[in-house]
Amino acid sequence: MATKAKAFDLKAQPGFSAIARIAVVSLYLPIIILVVFSFNATSSLGVWGGFSFGWFVMAWHNDLIINAALFSLFLATVAGVFATIMATMAAIAMTRSDAYRGQTISYALINQPLIVPEIVTAISLLIVFAAVKSATGYSGTGYLVIAHTAFCIPFAYLPIRARLEGMDLNLETAAADLYADPWKTFVHVTLPRLGPGIVAGFMLAFVVSLDDVVITDLVKSGGQETLPTFMLGQIRRDMTPEVNAAATMLLIPSILLVTAVHLINRKK
Amino acid sequence: MSSLTQQAAAHQAATVRRRWLLKAPALLTIILASVGPLSVMLVYSIMAKGSFGGVNLGQLSFDGWMNVFVERDPFDDTLVLADANLLILWRSIRLALITTIATLLVGFPTAYYIATRPEHIRSQWMLLITIPFWTNLLIRTFAIMGLLSNQGPINNFLIWIGVIDTPIQMLFTDGAVLLGLVYVYLPLMVLPIYSSLERMDFNLVEAGYDLYATRLKVLWHIVIPSCKPGIIAGSILVFIPAIGAYVTPRVLGGGKNMMMGNLIELQFGQGRNWPLGAALSICLLLIVTAALIFYIRASSAKDISHGH
Amino acid sequence: MRILWTTLAAGAFLAAASGVAIAEEPVLSLYNFGNYTSPELLEKFKKETGIAVTVTDYDSNDTALAKVRAGGSGFDMVVPGANFVPIWIAESLLLESRPDQMPNFKNVEENWVNVDWDPGRHYSVPWQWGMIGPVVATSFYKGDINTSAIWLDPPAELKGKINVAPEKNDVLYAAIKYMGGEWCTGDKELLKKVRDKLIEAKESWVSMDYGIEKMDSRDTLAQLYYNGAAYRARKVNADIKLGFPKEGYSLFMDSVAILADAPHPENAKAFLNFIMAPENAALISNFATYANGIKGSSAFMSEDLKSAPELNISSEHLAAAGWQQVCPTDVDELYTRIWTDLLK
Repeated sequence: MATKAKAFDLKAQPGFSAIARIAVVSLYLPIIILVVFSFNATSSLGVWGGFSFGWFVMAWHNDLIINAALFSLFLATVAGVFATIMATMAAIAMTRSDAYRGQTISYALINQPLIVPEIVTAISLLIVFAAVKSATGYSGTGYLVIAHTAFCIPFAYLPIRARLEGMDLNLETAAADLYADPWKTFVHVTLPRLGPGIVAGFMLAFVVSLDDVVITDLVKSGGQETLPTFMLGQIRRDMTPEVNAAATMLLIPSILLVTAVHLINRKK
Repeated sequence: MSSLTQQAAAHQAATVRRRWLLKAPALLTIILASVGPLSVMLVYSIMAKGSFGGVNLGQLSFDGWMNVFVERDPFDDTLVLADANLLILWRSIRLALITTIATLLVGFPTAYYIATRPEHIRSQWMLLITIPFWTNLLIRTFAIMGLLSNQGPINNFLIWIGVIDTPIQMLFTDGAVLLGLVYVYLPLMVLPIYSSLERMDFNLVEAGYDLYATRLKVLWHIVIPSCKPGIIAGSILVFIPAIGAYVTPRVLGGGKNMMMGNLIELQFGQGRNWPLGAALSICLLLIVTAALIFYIRASSAKDISHGH
Repeated sequence: MRILWTTLAAGAFLAAASGVAIAEEPVLSLYNFGNYTSPELLEKFKKETGIAVTVTDYDSNDTALAKVRAGGSGFDMVVPGANFVPIWIAESLLLESRPDQMPNFKNVEENWVNVDWDPGRHYSVPWQWGMIGPVVATSFYKGDINTSAIWLDPPAELKGKINVAPEKNDVLYAAIKYMGGEWCTGDKELLKKVRDKLIEAKESWVSMDYGIEKMDSRDTLAQLYYNGAAYRARKVNADIKLGFPKEGYSLFMDSVAILADAPHPENAKAFLNFIMAPENAALISNFATYANGIKGSSAFMSEDLKSAPELNISSEHLAAAGWQQVCPTDVDELYTRIWTDLLK
């Protein structure tokens, strides 16, 4: 029986397993509660009043919510694609070479959006874009696209760069030796192997764009409400489980995307 | 011979040109929509304020900067210390530091536990940790609000088990803001620690036990030093967004427990003192920069001491 | 994976296509407080005129002013509060659209025509109006609620359970009246007392935030808040009552106006005329639960709302009500300073 001591586990540390389990449960607890109350029959966010799909039906029929959700997806797709293309180009230029002049400053610039507090960027953009808007008379989605692209670039850049660093150069050198031009080498040799990094980069950029509220709120013009800014606007009035329902609907694409990134990365 | 060097030089120049061309779109976008606009803050911070917000461009004034530290009492016109600004600044630094320590205390054991699981289970754990991070920040903050509410699950549970008989006020306190920050940024601490632990050489740990070290000693003298880069990276990744947080203190602080982000927003909104808002923004940027410099120093010092 | 990509691409295409459509004619962009615009109203407007209205939210008069003032916002219409309309006009941000010459203007109740902030209604049309006062859970506090003491000298039962709406003018108006002053007073001695009183009272407040739903969950037991919200809170907890402070309280009216640089001013005029029809104004009220200032609209309002004590202020209580005029700039700056001191 248990007279023989269990084999000594080198890696174990007392209490760590409990902390890890509690941490994961705590990360999900608020989300679970949020989802549960989106099915509440009453308008309360705290007291359970029976099960109902009512708030989902209401959110689904609320044009303001649906338009905001569609616009969020549109913006995240466009900004995500731009950010991913730019980040891929930058990563190719910056990873596969020896140190060169301007490398540090380029690297700092690429990562700059990560370190400036969002509210500061948002107010600066409000001031600058407003001046451009009045000068040009154009107040379309371009401003949001460029703002989102800028802060998505470092997120798209990270996995692409990581993937590039792990790739060996032999295949490209071989292709160059066979007189393939650089563009052909890129399309037929580099790009396919970079694929998973690019997909992961796009998805990170996509989710980061979908997440943004502060910058969007100050840059948006007429009809450019995203789901997060719409929800921020709800704070002023009564918050009902309709917001929970909308949030729950937004959870689904996020979870799908992250899981997809996970599966793709695992395949590599 | 000379044509060969010329060819090499031309090739070199072409490489440099190509490199900059490839980088240009990303760098230009960031300069246009992130770095460039920040310079507006510098300019606005040294202009006189407009009466309904905005600034009077061209009218130099250092009131904005002065108001960060001292202000004129509206009633007797004496100069007094702007203690509210300094208090909020201090609260932001304090909350960001406590957040960093708390996420470290929870995040390190979590990362360690995950990193010591068999490989296929590890990635599933990491997926579990990352999913909440990629769900909307606002949604997660609303969720915490529900959790802490007087009729929320925590209070109901405490009343149910009989620990308390009236709900505890948890929402709209510094504690609520802190909890929100820890919750939101925990994954940012776990990720880098995990990746440095994953590469750790457990032979060292074995050697430690062979010398009859206790688990605590092994942890303190072997495990922690070897994942120090991860700990430093995680701390900086948590500290920087925490000190500039805006949404979390706004929703969970109930408008009474401001942090720097909210104070800045107040000056640009209801406070109608844009130069002060701009000066406060620059102060916040300076703190973040100082933290980054500390980070770079700390991580390069580590490399030197280990000599590789 | 491929399915995901196809979906995303299709989504992008659809959104881009609709984006192109938005840039064309029959559209209108309304910039309004969050959750303040009836979706039903917009549907009806679209059905009758073919014009699709998009709504964009702001959370305070100051945000709206800052953003539009910065320029190039691209909105057609905005809904400023009464005490902000003169600023908007003075800063040349509004179009003189002459609602008073529109066909439906005859429906506007007489007392909302010659208002201080827009005499004769050359710029703006009533959206909704109401008052701000103490909203109290009376099963927790049995005393008099027709006083600002509820939140300025709070009874023990309510201490630590009070929320105050974070609106500078509304809070200062009530506080100045409570301390015996008049709105727009520049009397520094009195204002110092007002500030000290507010800062002292703040100790008893749990938050300065939006959200009447915290009354539903009993996270707050009293609030300084708006009457329409008090009505909604009473529907959840029957013990919730609204007080009309005898010391004085302020009325508010939010009015719709067209922006000077509106891309679609003609559509916007059609909208202003549309909401002055009683059956349409009633839709606004039914959604946001405030009164609207249009004659005959109560016939189309929900029964509950029509008879709500929160919205039908008795003449006795109305005597203590007042409006927030725009104060001289130096006074306003003083008020702003008191306000930022309080918030910090």
